[in-house]
Formats: sequence, C-alpha cells, structure tokens
Amino acid sequence: MVKVTVDGIQVEVPNGSSALQACEAAGKEIPRFCFHERLSVAGNCRMCLVQVVRAPKPVASCGFPVAEGMEILTDTEIVRKARRAVMEFLLINHPLDCPICDQGGECDLQDQAFGYGADHSRYREAKRAVTDKYLGPLVKTVMTRCIQCTRCVRFATEIAGVPELGAVSRGENMEITNYVEKALTSELSGNLIDICPVGALTSKPYAFTARPWELKKTDSIDVFDAVGTNTSLQVRGSAVLRIVPRVNDEVNEEWLADKGRFAMDGLKHRRLDRPWVRVHGKLQPVSWQDAFVAIGRRLDGVPGERIGAIAGDLCDAESMLALKDLMTALGSSNIDCRQDGAQYDVSRREFYTFGSGIAGIEDADALLIVGSVPRQEAPVLNARIRKRFIAGGRGGFPIGMIGAPNADPTYRAEILGDGPAVLAELRQGGHPFADVLKAAKRPMIIVGHGALVREDARAILAACWALATEVGAVGPEWNGFNVLHTAASRVAGLDLGLLPGPGGRSVAGMMSGGVDVLWLLGADEFHTAQIGAQTFVIYQGHHGDAAAARADVILPGASFAEKSGTYVNTEGRVQRSFRAVMPPGDAREDWRILRAFSEVVGKTLPYDTLEALRDRLAAANPVFRVIGGRDVSGISDLAGPAGDPGAVSPAPFQPVIDDYYQTNPICRASPTMGECSRIYVHPQTVAAE
Amino acid sequence: MSAHSPIDQIEQPASFAFDEESEAEIATILAKYPAERKASGTLPLLYVAQKQMGRLTGSAWVPRVAMDEIARRLEVAPIRVYEVATFYLMFNTKPIGRYHLQVCTTTSCWLRGSDDVVAACKKATGIGAFGQSSADGLFTLTEVECLGACSNAPILQVDDDFYEDLDGPRTVELIEALRRGERPTPGPTIDRMGSAPAGGRKTLTDSPADQG
Repeated sequence: MVKVTVDGIQVEVPNGSSALQACEAAGKEIPRFCFHERLSVAGNCRMCLVQVVRAPKPVASCGFPVAEGMEILTDTEIVRKARRAVMEFLLINHPLDCPICDQGGECDLQDQAFGYGADHSRYREAKRAVTDKYLGPLVKTVMTRCIQCTRCVRFATEIAGVPELGAVSRGENMEITNYVEKALTSELSGNLIDICPVGALTSKPYAFTARPWELKKTDSIDVFDAVGTNTSLQVRGSAVLRIVPRVNDEVNEEWLADKGRFAMDGLKHRRLDRPWVRVHGKLQPVSWQDAFVAIGRRLDGVPGERIGAIAGDLCDAESMLALKDLMTALGSSNIDCRQDGAQYDVSRREFYTFGSGIAGIEDADALLIVGSVPRQEAPVLNARIRKRFIAGGRGGFPIGMIGAPNADPTYRAEILGDGPAVLAELRQGGHPFADVLKAAKRPMIIVGHGALVREDARAILAACWALATEVGAVGPEWNGFNVLHTAASRVAGLDLGLLPGPGGRSVAGMMSGGVDVLWLLGADEFHTAQIGAQTFVIYQGHHGDAAAARADVILPGASFAEKSGTYVNTEGRVQRSFRAVMPPGDAREDWRILRAFSEVVGKTLPYDTLEALRDRLAAANPVFRVIGGRDVSGISDLAGPAGDPGAVSPAPFQPVIDDYYQTNPICRASPTMGECSRIYVHPQTVAAE
Repeated sequence: MSAHSPIDQIEQPASFAFDEESEAEIATILAKYPAERKASGTLPLLYVAQKQMGRLTGSAWVPRVAMDEIARRLEVAPIRVYEVATFYLMFNTKPIGRYHLQVCTTTSCWLRGSDDVVAACKKATGIGAFGQSSADGLFTLTEVECLGACSNAPILQVDDDFYEDLDGPRTVELIEALRRGERPTPGPTIDRMGSAPAGGRKTLTDSPADQG
C-alpha cells in the first residue's frame, strides 16, 4: 500500500495504482473521457489532468502511477485552467448538434463541458467533418462527434476480442474506423454504445426514440441466455424502449450481450394479448372464463398420467413452480423443463451448475471446454474467459476445447478433438493437455449442452467429473466443475424439480400421443410437429410462435418485462427482476393464470399473492431464500454423477446454437434480431438480393 | 476532410503475393525479430510490398490485399496494419504515378524558394494540385514536411532520391529527364559537394603548409 495525499486528504491505495484511482479513493471526481476501469490506459484525452506537487507541469492522472508520499492537487487554478484548455481543444472539432444527438442527457462531453467548457468558442476556422462508418445493424455512427478517445478500439480489441476497429491516419485526419465496410462481428457490440463517452456510437434501433430523462428505469435480469446479466429496462409509457446493463462484478461486470440489449423490440410484435380456443379447427378469440372452461371440460375424466407439461426457456421460477404444483394437483408426474432433451444428474447441485462461478474464471489457471461454444451460448461469460486469457499473458491460461466451435472463440484455444473420446484419452494420461490440467492449481472444466443433449450425456458428464477429480479441478478448496446452461429458466427448473416424477414422461415421452393433454408454458424450442395429432395442446405464453400455432387453447402470458420474476443463472445464483410494464391486452402474469385455472378445476393452488408464492418457492428449495448472493465453496464429497464414464459414443459434438440471433420467441419476433440474423448468420442471402 | 475513408472507392487488386525478390528480403527482415514479436516487421514489410508494387506495376503503393497479406504473415489483425500504413505518409494507400515527386515546403525550403519548385513541378507535369497525378500517369505530386536536408534547400524527393538546391528551371530539367527515362544523379543540382558551402570553401582556406 502507498500513502498519498489528495487535496490534503490522506489515502492509502495499492501499489501500482494510478493517481486517478488515488483521487477517487479520496472522493475526488476526476473528469475523463479515454480512461475506463475495464480497459487498458490510453492517456490520450488529457481531461484528467491534476497537479502533482514538485512535478513541473500538470500530469494525466489516469496513467500516472502513485508513489509514496505523493501530494496530488485536483482543485487548483492550474488544474482548472488546464482542463478548460483541454475542453476547448476537444470542442474545436466537435459539432454543436446536441439537440439532435441521441447521447444528449447522458453524454460525458456534455456533462463535463458544463464544468469546464467556455460559454463561447474562439475557434474561427473550418471544423473538420468525418465520414460515418458502417458497423452493422446495431451500432449507429456519427463520426464527426468522435473525440478519438479510442475506448471503442480498446473494447473491441481487449474485451470483445474482435480487433476490427482502429484509428487510421493521423493528426487532423485521424479517424476511428474499421477501414473496410463490414459489420462488427461481435455478440457484445452493443456495449460500444455504452462505452462511447460522446454521441459518435449510438444505438441504431433506438435512434431518435427518447431522452434518458423521460425513461422510467426498472431493474431486471436478462433472460436470453443463462448468464443472468443484470439489466435495467428503460420504459416510457407502455413500451420498453431500451435495455442497458447494470454493473454486477460477480456476473456481467458492466457488459450485456447483443441479444439481451436489442431483442426487446420483439416485445411489440406477434404478442398474444387475448385467450383463444380452437373451434372446428380454427382459433377463436374468447374470454378467460371460456378458455378455462374449455380446458376444464377437456381435462374432465382424463387421468393424471395422460396429462403433461413442458416449461420453456424464458420462464420465471414462480410460474414454473405454479405449473408443477398444478400438475401435481392434477395427479400428473409428466413434467419437464428440458425442451432440448438434455440430461442431468440433479442429485447434487454441483452436477448441474457453474461451480467456479463466473467471477471464479479469473481464479482458474487452465480451462477445458467440452461441447460448448461459450461465445454464442453466453457471450458475457465468454468475455470473462477472454479477460482471464489476456491477464494470463502468453501461455499463462491454456485453454483446450473438445468439439470444433462454429465461431472464433476470441481466445487461443487448442482443439483437442471433436468428440467425447478425447475425455478418455485425457483420463488415461499421456495426452499433453492432461498434463497441463494436472499441473494447474485450479483447473476448470466447462461442460456445455453440446455434450448434454446427446444420448450418452450421462456418460460424458460422469467422464468429465471423473477427469475433474483426477486433475484436481474439484476439491475442498476449489470447485472447477462447470455446467454452462443456455436457457435462463433451466437451473431454476432443475432446482424446483421440473423433471418427470416416478413413472413420469419426459419431453420425448410426451410427444407422439404420449399424453392426451399437453400444457406448454412458453415452450417453443422443440419440434411441435412431433406432438401427437390427438393431443390437446394448451399454450401459455407471450408470443405467437411455433407452439401457439399448434395450440388448441392459447392463454396469453407475460414476458420477462411484464412480470416480477425470479431467475437462477447458470452459476445457481438466484436473482429477481421487477415488472417494468403491464402485459398487453388481456394477458396476465403466468403464475396468476395457473392459480386462476386451478380454481376452475377445483384444485386451488395455496397462494394468492406473489409473496405467498415466493414463500412456497423458498420452502420448495432453500436456495431461493438467498437473492443475489452465491456460496462459493469447494466440494468435499467427490462422488460423481450417475453414469458410466466409459459408455460414450464417438460421435462429434454439435454446437447447440446455429443462429445466435434467433434462439427464442422474442428474438424471432424482433425485427432487429431478424436483421442481425440476415447480416451475420446468412450473409449469402443478403449478397444475393 | 477525410483522407482515408474512401478505401472502398479505390480500385483494389484482387490479390497480392510477394515475389521471389521480396520473399528474400522478408526472410532477412523477419530474422531480426523474435518469433513472438514479429509484428515489429510491419513497417519493413510495408516497404517491401510498396517496392514490389513499384517494380511490377510501375506504381509504388500498398493495396489493401497487400496489407491483409502482411497481417496474415505477422499474425496480427489486419486493422493493425491499416493503422500503421495510413499513419506514415511514405506509404501510399492509393495508386501513384511512376515517379513520386515529393516537394518539401517547410520553412527552410520555403524561404529558399520551394514555391518555385512547386510551380515548376505543376507546369512540367500538368498536375493541378498536391495529391494528384499527371494525365500521362507518370508523376504524382505530394507536399511533404521537412525532409531533413535544410542545408540544401529547396529539395525535391523523387521516390527515394533527394535532388537538392533546386530552382524552377532546374526542376523542369529534372522532370524532363525523368520523362525521358533517365535518372539524373541525386544530390545537389549546383556546383557543390554534399552540403559543403556553395561556391567553394569558406573556412580553413589557408593551409598551415602555405604559411610555411
């Protein structure tokens, strides 16, 4: 630790801190543009100038290391003058277009000009103008506004791992550009909008939509992958206008994947806003009561084992529990939350959660990825792997992958093979990467759904666990056994036991007439054509997607933005989101629909309020008592999941996501995501047009 | 003004490959750097590419495909090579004429008559303004900052050669000679050796031997 004095305030900061960090520790706010906590230091905007006693001139505090006994002055005439001068230079070429700039109201330059800007310009010469660049369908550019802080260049290179942005030319002619006209190939590109301190990079879909002060902000959780990114839904009237990340260092730091940020325009399209019942082959709009009566009539006399329910990928824990309780009340044990047919061992939570935690990736020193493409399945988590990879330096964080990824992972990963047979080779020893894992102090293994949706999933899981125990990835001090989920609802579903009970049928068993009545709670990610022709299908959900088209009764539910819900991310972290807007039309919160229906069939569920349901949630599984936190602990019981590690098939792993932008009903209803899919995933059709 | 954005408006060759002569140079260059630091070879490789273009096509410039090839060789992102190539003015990112006339107009040359040199260049080649090429495609005229030969101002750099102590008529002569395919000897165009005083020695004129 180093003792530093800032404006007479003594603070202690770690060795190697910058003067800027020392000032912040002393509670002094330092203006800055180019400096960003999570990026490398560039030191090119010069806005953070401070005075260091005995230094001959003002220093840029972001890149100036502290020394013992250093005295920093942040509020002297020299500092104020220096910052005013820097600001004057920055504004020389900055257009005065704040009234038509989307950054207005949340612009660093605007805010800091308030403190350091002059009331008029002394500049009489021609201002420079810069051609706008094309960065794809998500990021809009107005490059004349750029102050060349290079945050975007550093973000693309360091965090996103797609070095496609750069500063070409120099001096007056310097420009931030990708040089070649090409959409930025990152699933994290939306973060450029947040990171740009001015209005040079703004959101294309959100352009000219609203001012920040008009928006009501509601805390929420991203449901488009299983990372559980903390988000803020920003609403005006009844519309979610944009979604931005909230800072949570344990989960998403301050990043948000593009799907979570931009898919919300899907909330306004293809919505189910009234109940429907199929009469003579055609769906007819009906009242809630009629819809319930229709289901009740159909259920009359159907034995419990002929009724089934499937929970989808976007469901909140509350509605899933209500669904399970309803099914139990109806005498059915045919319930499943695994539309993709994945197999888990739910006897212990370690077998189906991301044990090391997302932040724990930074503690690991070797990584094996089995049947997963984190870049597409969890872009924010992938950024954490990349962060660890960068911090490790050359060869400091060896990464092995089993299963060829369908996208550049953004870090150097050695492809060890394409199928589970490699696991056996690793366990026999002699494989060079086995030695790498053994030599590591805290190795981690990520098992993805490419490995878990197969016939031999249990064998693979057992083999991975066996490997983990052999290389020391699990132990009393460290849990490096990680299952990476792709569905936001999955871990909660497993925690609540939304799995076939004794003698119950799984998703596959409910197909082809396996049940007579099938209740789909937002379940669209399976082939609805496999449902038996005679099966009576109830679709409860928010979008008219594949399953709604097959349904005999449609019950309009609420999307994640329209209900207060509990989600459990892939780490097993329980998080809560709040309602930002009301569901459209007659749509209702899902647990209320299930509760209301239960009364119609005389099996009233024992909760009338969300609080009562949450008490029931906590009773069903104690993990739901702790919101937001997560126990980080090692594993003392090394017994592995059920399954014969040797019984693996040689078939190669297949990626579970082939189109990142079209993975759920909301995305498929979103025009923005549709365009992304066209541009990024199917570029040949764009070229052909 | 936007110097480099119209990259896609410049007609770019479809492919680029280093020839044998360049490959030999590259081998020498890359041997100077440790394998994991071969990105340091960016600048020399850009020179190699530009020279090869001059040798093979008569226009010494670096097309995008050449930068991509360099990036591939050095295992860096293409944008990193674009950044370097556009930062340094000696790399031409668009085609130029056979002869690259680079007139220094910084203070020393300007005081010593660089305006005349510029005017002579324009007159002899028919070029209207800096950055343009002559109609016959032989010459490209560029304004450059100090070339570090102030003692021989004003100077005109043709490709890699300095022609010094110029004035209007001698510039025209030089350009005519280039047009004929000759390469006059680089250096001062007046009676002077290197940057020794014009018109003979000014100091040490008396040898101790003379004093007896």
